[in-house]
Amino acid sequence: MIDRRAFVQLAAGAGTASLAAACGWDGGNAVRPLLLDVSRFNDWIGEKILFSQSRLAPEYSTAERTAQLPSYFISPELPMLQDPKAWRLQVSGLVRTPLTLSLADLQTMPRTTYTVKHHCVEGWSAIATWHGVPVSAVAERCGMLPQARYVRFDSFDSGYSNGWDLASAMHPQTILAYGMNDNPLSPTHGAPLRLYSPTKLGYKMTKYLVSLTFTAERPGGYWEDQGYPWFGGV
Amino acid sequence: MTAPPVPAAHPPAKPVKRHHWIVRLTHWMTFVLLAGMIMSGLQIYGAYARFGERGGPYYVNAFENTAFPTWSRLGGWLAGGLNWHFTLMWPLIAGGFLYLSYLAVSGEWRSLLFRPRDIRGAIEMQKYYLRLRKEHPPQGKHNPLQKLAYTFIILLGVLSVLTGFAIYKPTQLSWLTALFGGFQAARYWHFWAVWIFTAFLIVHVILVFVVDPASLRAMISGWYRGRFPSHD
Repeated sequence: MIDRRAFVQLAAGAGTASLAAACGWDGGNAVRPLLLDVSRFNDWIGEKILFSQSRLAPEYSTAERTAQLPSYFISPELPMLQDPKAWRLQVSGLVRTPLTLSLADLQTMPRTTYTVKHHCVEGWSAIATWHGVPVSAVAERCGMLPQARYVRFDSFDSGYSNGWDLASAMHPQTILAYGMNDNPLSPTHGAPLRLYSPTKLGYKMTKYLVSLTFTAERPGGYWEDQGYPWFGGV
Repeated sequence: MTAPPVPAAHPPAKPVKRHHWIVRLTHWMTFVLLAGMIMSGLQIYGAYARFGERGGPYYVNAFENTAFPTWSRLGGWLAGGLNWHFTLMWPLIAGGFLYLSYLAVSGEWRSLLFRPRDIRGAIEMQKYYLRLRKEHPPQGKHNPLQKLAYTFIILLGVLSVLTGFAIYKPTQLSWLTALFGGFQAARYWHFWAVWIFTAFLIVHVILVFVVDPASLRAMISGWYRGRFPSHD
């Protein structure tokens, strides 16, 4: 039984907490780790309970494409290759055959095209069409080993990277996109190659890809290491 | 000779047990957690302060591009706001479930939920408030208008949770998101709920202090010593 005094104390304590919180508090050293622990629990819910490898994101018609899709990168200037012809994607880690793939190599592999909704962690959304090769096709070609549990994606955008769970990476709608809205991918959207999936928030989809590494350990990521949810599933 | 009946407005201050501890606990839990949810929600809102797909058109919104004052926000930045929001949601939902389970198991839903049979009583109560009727209509634990308000706020809580999940997992729960008219529409209703909760809170607190201050004590200690007897 909780008596009245305890209740008043509880209410007063909560009041103080909300006052302290009122100044844009991220939890400080005392509470922030706890919030991050819950975020990992939420990742688990997202990955093990809500996500399904066979559930596909709804597709839209090309007429429903939105007028805008903002472009984000972390470098001070738009990341561009000095010599686009020399660009290669390195596929390595827990694989039988490490690969070095050119854009032409990727374009001869199975091609997926879909028009889907993009969800940004900020709350905006936009619809666009993407063209690319499923990550699962690359995994098959390099002979991914059974020990692989995660995939790390690296970029040439000032070291931006993301770590993915294997199930999300092998989802049929997870692709390495070289095209957008019927055109080659533009530098503002991650040319020459970017990761795309309608099952993830935008910050999980590494642009300006240079390598893809299959790992047994969970890789971090640029925003994930700063406190954004690691799983980032939608 | 029989004693004259005691007027309903001035009963002897005989304390009656009013609220079960589960009701009191979940009431104050919800107050604190909902405040945290709204504040972290306002932090999150600032990252994209409008409703509609990129490039428009946008829904009608009095707070388009509004940056809410720092004191009203929780989290400090977007990730902080998200982490607070996605943490507090669990105890808030758990409290909601506990409360609703209590209502169902104890049978107290009968005295709280508004049902078609309460319509007539609600009209009589409204007449009383409009001074078209002199004496306070007899009531149970809550009068029919209170029942209407509390039923509405429970439904608003359910709507907030559902729209919240529709925004949280718009792909995995795409059926739910579609039910609310899509991702941006679900965001819109989720945001509207904030202002309805806020308006409810203001009216609720005013009515407590103006009409029945003893009910505040009852929500803390469980015992009611006020002037509205239950006719249950």
